[in-house]
Amino acid sequence: MATETMATGNEGGAGDNERLEAANGSGFFTLLRTELLLALRSRADIVNPLLFFVTVLAMMPLGIGPDPDMLARMAPGLIWVMALLATLLSQEALFRGDFEDGSLEQLSLQPQPLYFAVLAKVAVHWLVTGLPLAVLSPMLGMMLNLPSAGYLPLVISLLLGTASLSLIGAVGAALTVALRRPGLLLALIIMPLYVPVLIFGTGTVQAALDGYSYSAQLAVLAAILAAASALAPLAAAGAIRISLDH
Amino acid sequence: MTSNLPGSLEVRDLSCERDGRPLFSGLSFSLEPGSAVQVLGANGAGKSTLIRTLIGSADDFSGDIYWCGTPYPSALPRMRQSLLYIGHKAGVRRGLTPLENLAWYGATRSDALRALEAVGLYGYEDVLCQQLSAGQGRRVALARLFLPSAPALWILDEPLAALDVGGVASLEARMSGHLAAGGMVLLTSHQPVNLESLLQVDLANYQVPWVSGADHLLDLQEVHSGD
Repeated sequence: MATETMATGNEGGAGDNERLEAANGSGFFTLLRTELLLALRSRADIVNPLLFFVTVLAMMPLGIGPDPDMLARMAPGLIWVMALLATLLSQEALFRGDFEDGSLEQLSLQPQPLYFAVLAKVAVHWLVTGLPLAVLSPMLGMMLNLPSAGYLPLVISLLLGTASLSLIGAVGAALTVALRRPGLLLALIIMPLYVPVLIFGTGTVQAALDGYSYSAQLAVLAAILAAASALAPLAAAGAIRISLDH
Repeated sequence: MTSNLPGSLEVRDLSCERDGRPLFSGLSFSLEPGSAVQVLGANGAGKSTLIRTLIGSADDFSGDIYWCGTPYPSALPRMRQSLLYIGHKAGVRRGLTPLENLAWYGATRSDALRALEAVGLYGYEDVLCQQLSAGQGRRVALARLFLPSAPALWILDEPLAALDVGGVASLEARMSGHLAAGGMVLLTSHQPVNLESLLQVDLANYQVPWVSGADHLLDLQEVHSGD
């Protein structure tokens, strides 16, 4: 980046800061800001997974029957599975737009690693899907008669878990970005990898409902998140390079 | 290691294939500061594969490529610091305005405005790129060439496609200016490009005679029966 600043030349002191900022133009936070801007401009992409999440869960009592006890028992699992599906549905578009317009190719040519670009995209994906899902979840818990002891663990486990889901899903999205209709294949690749998150996510809520401490499950979810944020962007970056080589 | 000039791209005896089909072999040329290379060839001759190899996105080639005397792939990080690549896909994000697109490539606001004016997009700075026409979208990508921070090595895949006559002329003028300042341009184009010191490399001269699968089998059988 230093060379870039030098190549720009120095046309007087006033522009220096501006120039320095420009030299850092493709840094992590610029990527993050751009991704966030793009995400906020396509609001349908944010709202649709949430609507899906809410609608399907609202249908559950209609399908299963309105018995409050049974709904309460199923609530953690239902909410978690729906959060998983909502994340999966929104994941397909993660790299697609950038692949089609060539900006993914441009990113892959940047001197800095693709890792950070992937991390920025995933962070924004989580901000616009995982975070709202987690925030909405107590309301859905209430709808499904989840005892109030489950609200806090549900929100925390979803906050940690959906971040892992976004990261893991990015690998699948990167692998299938060059395919025209990746929908089902993406699900087949990603679903098995979601399993540990699902088990410990529902486990957290279940433990709280049964009156046990749930910090162990949260610790495992946090560990999964730590591992995923270190490894998944690497794998996704590798997969992007393969997808671009077509 | 014949050339240690600051910033030179040298291709020696390069052969590329795509999906097992040989495209060209024995390709050699070098790109020195202040010079330009136009790659010619029919559709499917391997122009895009050559470009993808040169930018380091495809690594199944044989032969040598040197950047500043350092062979690929260890030269790639340094090469990419001096690289400006515009491919078939323009690299323009449809959800951003032209100004934001150039900012994404690291341009300051004032530089970006000047570059957009130079490509005839004055007044369109704040229109979303998805609302621009195909030619205008192309111009947003080409505006990167008009930024003062544009790096030395330009690799452009069909930069003249979808441009009108005026656009072609102003792009040629910009490329001449870049070459005069010691830059390098490698481009593919089916149109004649009006540049001084332009070296034309026609991939047709390096084509590998196509061996079809059946002939190949026949050869094998002959070898076998000869045993």
